[in-house]
Amino acid sequence: MPTLSRPVAALLVLGLLGLMVFPAFGDTFYIRLVTKIMVLAVFAMSLDLLVGYTGLVSLGHAAFFGIGGYVAGVLINKGDVTSILALVPAAMAASALVAAIIGWISIRTTGIYFIMITLALAQMVYYFFHDIDFWGGADGINIYSRPLLAFGETVLLDLSDRVSMYYFTLGVMVAVFLLLSVFLRAPFGRTIVGIRLNEGRMTALGYDVRHYKLAAFIIAGTIAGLAGFLEASRAVYMNPAHVSWHESGLVLVIVLLGGMGTLYGPILGAFVLVLLEDFVAGITDRWLLVMGLFVICMVLFLPNGIGGLINRLVRPRSRSDKQAAAGAGSVGVADG
Amino acid sequence: MWRKKHVRGAESRPPPSCVTRGRWMDLTYYLIQILNGLQYGFLLFLVASGLTLVFGIMGIINLAHGSFYMIGAYLAYWLIGETGSFWLGLLAAIPLSVLVGLLVERLGIAFLYKRDHLYQVLFTYGLILVFNEMRSILWGDDVHGVAAPAILSGSFWLTDTQAYPVYRLFISLVCVAVAGILYLVIQRTRLGMTIRAGASNREMVQALGIDVNRLFAIVFGLGAALAAFAGMIAAPISSVYPGMGEHVLIISFVVVVIGGVGSIKGAFVGAMIIGLADTFGTVFLPAGAGVVVYAVMAFVLLWRPQGLYGRAI
Repeated sequence: MPTLSRPVAALLVLGLLGLMVFPAFGDTFYIRLVTKIMVLAVFAMSLDLLVGYTGLVSLGHAAFFGIGGYVAGVLINKGDVTSILALVPAAMAASALVAAIIGWISIRTTGIYFIMITLALAQMVYYFFHDIDFWGGADGINIYSRPLLAFGETVLLDLSDRVSMYYFTLGVMVAVFLLLSVFLRAPFGRTIVGIRLNEGRMTALGYDVRHYKLAAFIIAGTIAGLAGFLEASRAVYMNPAHVSWHESGLVLVIVLLGGMGTLYGPILGAFVLVLLEDFVAGITDRWLLVMGLFVICMVLFLPNGIGGLINRLVRPRSRSDKQAAAGAGSVGVADG
Repeated sequence: MWRKKHVRGAESRPPPSCVTRGRWMDLTYYLIQILNGLQYGFLLFLVASGLTLVFGIMGIINLAHGSFYMIGAYLAYWLIGETGSFWLGLLAAIPLSVLVGLLVERLGIAFLYKRDHLYQVLFTYGLILVFNEMRSILWGDDVHGVAAPAILSGSFWLTDTQAYPVYRLFISLVCVAVAGILYLVIQRTRLGMTIRAGASNREMVQALGIDVNRLFAIVFGLGAALAAFAGMIAAPISSVYPGMGEHVLIISFVVVVIGGVGSIKGAFVGAMIIGLADTFGTVFLPAGAGVVVYAVMAFVLLWRPQGLYGRAI
């Protein structure tokens, strides 16, 4: 885990303060938009654990996002469960279970196989939701009520209130950020970064590389399930598009745009991409064309994302820092 | 974009009552399904062979490969409409699709040779979005039918009630011919020798003084043309619709993964397996048809993670 440089940490604290006071100023539309962005940010952070830290390029991450959302939605609609305390563990457990199965199959392979297999298995999950009427089929499901947190008669938190939803999402985002920071500082985090940098050496050092990869895959899937729960609570709607590989591609774009191998990168990427979409929507309805060209340019000219750019700007001096910035996530090892 | 699953086969399948009527009908019914499965497999082979070659030789994972299939189908739809003749339209569409492939390689993929797979995935993902939007701008978002040429529009009547369309047979025969030519080119010509060498050891081919840039352009153009050609001849039975490329792309990935990356033979066997599995999945398990091919893939991978004909990984 990279120790954050001081300017970056200061920016993050500023950003957090901004997000905390934002609902006091922003109008409804933007409160909703920022909530959506923060949900995507949680989703993208979970993928970054795989792509940026462990070095596993998964093109099927939307599967776990969708599972979390669908499980929460179906529990609300068909099981009349509305307590957050029941829905969150259920959504996360379902995603974790499927992540364990998909991970177990795909971890056996590497590189291009891994990309294709995660894509194909996620597509299987897509058809599972798409073809079976229980899950609403191609139309998806409208979720009838929003989750809440209540003890007895007192409702502590009701997600149908947009400001509560906003702060709940913000809280989850910060919690996931801190939790992953702790994970990545722990020996577990050092090990998965080591696997990305030199898998052969980690194997030679006696680490059971597959177990670590599988663990990272399951953790990432579980957090994606949490993000899916947030999405279901926010949008009160789930459909197969949430599981489609376009969603997986989109979240990969967000990770790379923000800067992979940093935890703040995915948050930054989610903000930039969605705000850009909002901006472009005012000009043309060909957002996907703009996004396609944008992604192409990003790959060509900004391979380390905005995070890499910031790193270069805030500490331009020493050569080793530049190298570290070029390697994005490898900063942590140098700082270790 | 996802509303439509593959529409293949719907019109040639007899009503369910025919199936139960007699043993002979059962047999012809399954014969028709086998033919459908093989025909689908042949089409998949044309798409997957390009995908597997591009990866095996160039080390590029190309998500936009399915877009070539879509482009081929739309070019066929457009040019057949313009010229009023199936054959003329096809004749005009083939060189155009080769041109598109070469342009994409020179102006886009060429920047990605030394880059990590992650960037190739993102770049070609961006390409898909661009191609889809261009299609939407040029031809709109509607589903269009393409007429099969009159000479091929009939059916063979196998029993009183069951028929097999001539055009589907034509597709299978053309695909077999193309696969045969591909086999001869790869096994018997100097170019094919270079391609095979490139697939087994890229650096060595480079070190021996082969013009790799030229080789890459040829391989990519060939792969794009094969995918586009598959789209063209499939257009009359599947019609052309947005999202057709992505469906084929992901199924082709499954084919390549089953067959082993870089292996043409693997692509052929994988395509046959998936073609038949998908067709019979629709027959026996209509509710879960979408899942069957992926389940087949998962089983093959548990048994051989590198695919049937892949090198150990």
